[in-house]
Amino acid sequence: MMWNNEREALTDNAKKALQSEALKGLVKRAYDRIPFYTQKFDQLGLKPAHISSIEDITKLPFTNKTDLRDNYPFGMFAVPMSEVVETHTSSGTTGKPVIGGYTKKDIDLWSEVMARCLTMSGTAPSDIVHNAYGYGLFTGGLGVHYGARRIGATVIPVSGGNTKRQIMIMQDFGSTILTCTPSYTLYLAEVGEEMGIDFKGLPLRAGNFGAEPWSNNMRIEIENRLGLLALDIYGLTEIIGPGVGNECEQKTGVHLCDDHFYPEIINPDTGEVLPPGEVGELVITTLTKEATPLIRYRTRDITTLKPRKCACGRTSMRMERIMGRTDDMLIIRGVNVFPSQIEEVLVRIEGTEPHYQIVVDRVGSLDVLEILVEMNEKMISDEIKELEQVELKIKSEIESMLGIKVGVKLVEPKTIARSEGKAKRVFDKRTL
Amino acid sequence: MEITEVLGESDINLRALSLADTSDFGILRMIVDNIDKAVKVLKDKGFIVKETDVVAVEVPDKPGGLAQVLEVLCIANINVEYMYAFFEQPKDKALLIFRFEDPERAIEVLSAKGIQIAGGETLGIG
Repeated sequence: MMWNNEREALTDNAKKALQSEALKGLVKRAYDRIPFYTQKFDQLGLKPAHISSIEDITKLPFTNKTDLRDNYPFGMFAVPMSEVVETHTSSGTTGKPVIGGYTKKDIDLWSEVMARCLTMSGTAPSDIVHNAYGYGLFTGGLGVHYGARRIGATVIPVSGGNTKRQIMIMQDFGSTILTCTPSYTLYLAEVGEEMGIDFKGLPLRAGNFGAEPWSNNMRIEIENRLGLLALDIYGLTEIIGPGVGNECEQKTGVHLCDDHFYPEIINPDTGEVLPPGEVGELVITTLTKEATPLIRYRTRDITTLKPRKCACGRTSMRMERIMGRTDDMLIIRGVNVFPSQIEEVLVRIEGTEPHYQIVVDRVGSLDVLEILVEMNEKMISDEIKELEQVELKIKSEIESMLGIKVGVKLVEPKTIARSEGKAKRVFDKRTL
Repeated sequence: MEITEVLGESDINLRALSLADTSDFGILRMIVDNIDKAVKVLKDKGFIVKETDVVAVEVPDKPGGLAQVLEVLCIANINVEYMYAFFEQPKDKALLIFRFEDPERAIEVLSAKGIQIAGGETLGIG
């Protein structure tokens, strides 16, 4: 089932025509109204008239997160404040937050793309959407809210926190669709199980989970414990919030709403555009957004694009699950290493969320990667010999995944610092 | 040390212990009088605990006591993963705690040579 058959199953030619028209309009608006882009274009000797089709997009400059910070708070707005009806910000774990502005039409666009995403998980007017994304500056709560309302479903704006009460509401109201972060979903499962709730006996049927990276193993765990279909939703404040894309029930990648958000994959080091199937940094252009349009915004998310038509009938560009962030990509002896790859091996061996730390150092002229892994119930043994074998197993599996030599050290439980928000996994001690 | 405090507060008596060290972490091996309770209180405090089967052997507390046992094991080609020893004061006996890969077979071999295997009650395990 699609929300917007016409837009989600466009032919290649029709899509190109639509994207080209929209890009021309975007470039003109950005050049005319945002001094940052005026300056950038002028530096490159670029005029809006030079852009006549979507293929010309590679002529355009990239926009970086630092550009948004430099123009904080409203420097990237393309419309006067009288036309802005809402603003949201990123969580801003480092420094000033990133701001997204919305005109009435942008809210309309957001409702449309979120309706598409929620329809992918099967949300219909008869559904009761238990929306446990936080309401507030964070885009999650209101984004889902607008989409569910557009569909005509019943929204429970339960927001985050007070988990026992959430579970009571879920039971009493008969929630059918769950929307929240994957980690909160597992927490809900844990608390519910302690309360003796049989989730499989509840009407819950599907969920759109996102706002943080998660793995396929986590999907399986969520599906097994809650008895629902768990789909990945993708978005970021800079672009619009949730609604940039969602998985359909085929689970073969996130369908991007590419009539509004044009995706490219680039080599993060050179900026060169990579062909479909190659892994690189996702770059998005907001073709139709009014208040805070962005040209070739570097998301810093690492993934790959799949252009082929999906079995669900949609022709929209799909992307693989986010594999990591360029911010935490390490280059060790010329090899790109993502903490997520190391985590994947540890999850496989330990069977649970691992506590680990990656330490990079330079000995002489050689980069050395060492991974500290906290022991847990599953790994522990009273025999040192066996512990050494565990160490060796982790080491050889990580080495075969990365293709470089690494050191692995088991450490005592609770020696690796816990963090409330995003865990700091990587310590780069190299002085380059 | 925190572990011994936790056990002391919970009224759990330590019968024997040995500490194994690597450069990165320590493993404390213990025999306690109330196993289930010890496991529970330690887990509650966030320690990682694992129960392991060991074989306790009683030998006379005199020179050559251990050598005699080891000889039997050596002839039967049984590998000792690790061991430690303690005394039983009033009885003039020493207790040897062995960790074997195959405890059943070790018990068989030792018993066949007339070496006394100590039961839980000898170690004061309730």
